[in-house]
Amino acid sequence: MLDQSITALAAQLRNKDISSIELTRYFLERIAKLDPQLNSYITVSEELALKQAAKADQLIQQGNTNALTGIPIAHKDLFCTQGTLTTCGSKMLHNFVPPYESTVTSRLQQAGSVMLGKTNMDEFAMGSSNENSHYGPVKNPWNLDKVPGGSSGGSAAAVAAGLAVAATGTDTGGSIRQPASFCGITGLKPTYGRVSRFGMIAYASSLDQGGPMAKSAEDCAQLMQAMAGFDDKDSTSSETANDNYLSNLNTPLTGLKIGLPKEYFGDGLDSDVANVIMNAVKEFEALGAEVKDISLPNLNLSIPSYYVIAPSEASSNLSRYDGVRFGHRCEEPKDLLDMYMRSRAEGFGQEVQKRIMVGTYALSEGYYDAYYLKAQKIRRLIKQDFTNALQEVDVIMGPVAPTTAFDLGSKTNDPVAMYLEDIYTLSVNLAGIPAMSVPAGFVQNMPVGLQIMGDYFAEAKLLNVAHQFQQNTDWHLQTPTMAKGA
Amino acid sequence: MNWEVVIGLEIHTQLSTNSKLFSGAAVGFGAEPNTQTTLVDLGMPGALPVFNKEALRMAVMFGHAINAEIGMTSVFARKNYFYPDLPKGYQTSQMDHPIVGKGYLDVTLDDGTTSRIGITRAHLEEDAGKSLHEDFHGMSGIDLNRSSTPLLEIVSEPDIRSAKEAVAYVKMIHSIVTYLGICDGNMAEGSMRCDINLSLRPKGQQEFGTRTEIKNVNSFRFIEKAIYTEIERQADILEDGGKIVQETRLYDPEKNETRSMRSKEDANDYRYFPCPDLLPVVLTQEYVEDIKQNLPELPSQKAERFQSEYKLSEYDANVLSSSRPMADFFEQANTQVKDAKLAANWVMGELSKMLNQEQLEISQSPVSAQAFGELLVRIKDNTINGKTAKDVFQAMWQGEGSADDIIEAKGLKQVTDTGAIESMIQTILDANPAQVEQYRAADSDKQKKMIGFFVGQVMKASQGKANPGIVNPILARMLKG
Repeated sequence: MLDQSITALAAQLRNKDISSIELTRYFLERIAKLDPQLNSYITVSEELALKQAAKADQLIQQGNTNALTGIPIAHKDLFCTQGTLTTCGSKMLHNFVPPYESTVTSRLQQAGSVMLGKTNMDEFAMGSSNENSHYGPVKNPWNLDKVPGGSSGGSAAAVAAGLAVAATGTDTGGSIRQPASFCGITGLKPTYGRVSRFGMIAYASSLDQGGPMAKSAEDCAQLMQAMAGFDDKDSTSSETANDNYLSNLNTPLTGLKIGLPKEYFGDGLDSDVANVIMNAVKEFEALGAEVKDISLPNLNLSIPSYYVIAPSEASSNLSRYDGVRFGHRCEEPKDLLDMYMRSRAEGFGQEVQKRIMVGTYALSEGYYDAYYLKAQKIRRLIKQDFTNALQEVDVIMGPVAPTTAFDLGSKTNDPVAMYLEDIYTLSVNLAGIPAMSVPAGFVQNMPVGLQIMGDYFAEAKLLNVAHQFQQNTDWHLQTPTMAKGA
Repeated sequence: MNWEVVIGLEIHTQLSTNSKLFSGAAVGFGAEPNTQTTLVDLGMPGALPVFNKEALRMAVMFGHAINAEIGMTSVFARKNYFYPDLPKGYQTSQMDHPIVGKGYLDVTLDDGTTSRIGITRAHLEEDAGKSLHEDFHGMSGIDLNRSSTPLLEIVSEPDIRSAKEAVAYVKMIHSIVTYLGICDGNMAEGSMRCDINLSLRPKGQQEFGTRTEIKNVNSFRFIEKAIYTEIERQADILEDGGKIVQETRLYDPEKNETRSMRSKEDANDYRYFPCPDLLPVVLTQEYVEDIKQNLPELPSQKAERFQSEYKLSEYDANVLSSSRPMADFFEQANTQVKDAKLAANWVMGELSKMLNQEQLEISQSPVSAQAFGELLVRIKDNTINGKTAKDVFQAMWQGEGSADDIIEAKGLKQVTDTGAIESMIQTILDANPAQVEQYRAADSDKQKKMIGFFVGQVMKASQGKANPGIVNPILARMLKG
């Protein structure tokens, strides 16, 4: 059952070869058995899952189904789910049970999917290794000594280890693509505004974007089909009509123009990772694509500009966690200021506190122009780089991360090294374009992801390109040893 | 020393939209705490603001009314600070690109002088909630019903030079927003609040002195008193050689004093930045023009029309048009009596007197414009005279019925029968031969003074029901003998 696509599972459900209750139990049992090693879930919502599965079975009985009916999936723990604990990986929200449902989870639920639980993540989505969770780090199923990547590390590890058919993630600076790359699964960060942010606990509003994480591009397309689209509850949600993400998957790639930005292949990129990427590119050439060298000259500015903009927005977005209304409040505050200070000092972890401080500084009087405003100007340059490049080529390809998954704890004391992890992904969020991570090979038994970037609202094109690659390769079908054991 | 006062005002006007600035929650005064809230107003994680287009329309209307530049691209910014009743930890407001840019108003004082007050900007922002300190034993309650209520903050240039001018300006803003129907103008319920920035400088000096800001003054009277009090306080300090501390102050109407609230040192750094959850608001020329074309009549236009259409004096026209409910009352009463001067006199006279006496708004008048008009018709057609009409009006005010009911019930109809009047006059002349003699011997100037005695006697005899218009010529004729 592990290597079945959503399409295949949906067919089995429809043919009643298997029931959704059986399928859901299968995954719940795997979670019970394997997750103690991985720590990929914060909450397993067994009761709710079986209830939803029973309802799905009923719909199937009535012949009233679509592709996701009865499919068990998991949600990153920053999507608010009505009646189910939603912590955002933080002590601050350790007791937060939202009385409302995010648009993404609501749409996936409407489409009939079953929620297995909520996946572990870096606190408030801040991190590249999933070591910043209040609920402990997630382990990489390919090697339990390695990080799964972050911040959607729980979702990536759960899908890679077969603890969910698919999962939702969010990507503010690479948080879908980098863990997908580290765990050997397929992840899509859609165009900013393509997927509603309503009910997604905000980190950096102008960069945050929810998206699918699954075994294959085809499965990602299935999720996108349900979760994408305009939402009147999110003012930044795009009114551009949705594409059909499934209908173009089989379009041949003859004549596809691929841009390879030289900045993605410079110093800092592991040479083995580079080889994997170049082999993947050759595979595309074999499929009829043409390769062109391009340049994204302002790439080196993306890290400094990201680490001004994201913390600035975060410092404001996270002000509401002040001990007054919901979430963590310190014991016996002396007065109001004491309540604010201790609730926030106790509730937020180190990385979150650090980014709040950076953001507060960058926005403060006298520094705003030098930092925030400057960063926004750089952002415009980066956007322009992509727009220019995408006039010449259909998609841009490169690595997702400079290395494969690193050892747990190896970068926790070196923030700059940690931030450099995201050098190939951040600029995509600054520009707002869509991008994917697609399994492209292995280096010392650790997966490597190929990044495919495209123009605004070109998700269908990206999924098509990735799907064609996956029709001709089997990297995405590999299963970690620990997952096979169960 | 001879001081000149420099005043700038910030007026917070609550827009009368049906729902909040960024959510669909109802906006209403006096509801149970936290019943008029959505996830957005509560600042729940993941909740996102959606801009209320009605507030946008209202702001543009106001912009047109003050001859302002409309911000074709306006941007919402976050103003960050911690306060228990500020649920998100920031207030969504506008900073660099407000919806309404520079404009002005010409303000006329009671003495007829007019001055132009510049308006720097008017921007949209959401209100915060309210902390409740009673009933919670050592803790505070938070009511977020007011959270995200739409406000238009109208910021004037420091062009105001006296308390009178300040009040006239605020009254004019009040009149405009109620005319436009974008604010109910209810200052007691906080629909309009005013921050006063005030400084003194020696007359003739160019640069401004150090200013203080008096927060949240919510009546015309308090604005005037707060300004007088603060001028006096600052002048005392300056004349003693002291220095004014730049600070925020509160006006206490009970003690009639201003008190320090926080100094500049305590001031927040609000870390404004464009709100990433809201797109810039981009207007089309067509949208802005359409609102301009459909703007309701404004006070100054109405005053001009009252002069040309009804031939009212400039003074009467200004007074009547100063508030839309009064202007409407006047016009409605006049559609019945069709005597604008009479209607104007009665609205500005008896009606205003009673409203003032009982401290009522014209909208609360127990006598409707319709009923008031019917009374005026009875004056106009000579059924009753002006003096009787005042009594009838009092009875109407007390709820005793319509003018006709009261006239009928009390038998107040004027005597207009010339025969009856003649015989009444004859009886009086017969009873007062000496006065008749005297009158006939007097010169015409003296006669004019003496005739009042006879008129008084006739009125007394008729219990006020004789029509003076009929009595006077008959009396004059019969006195000649």
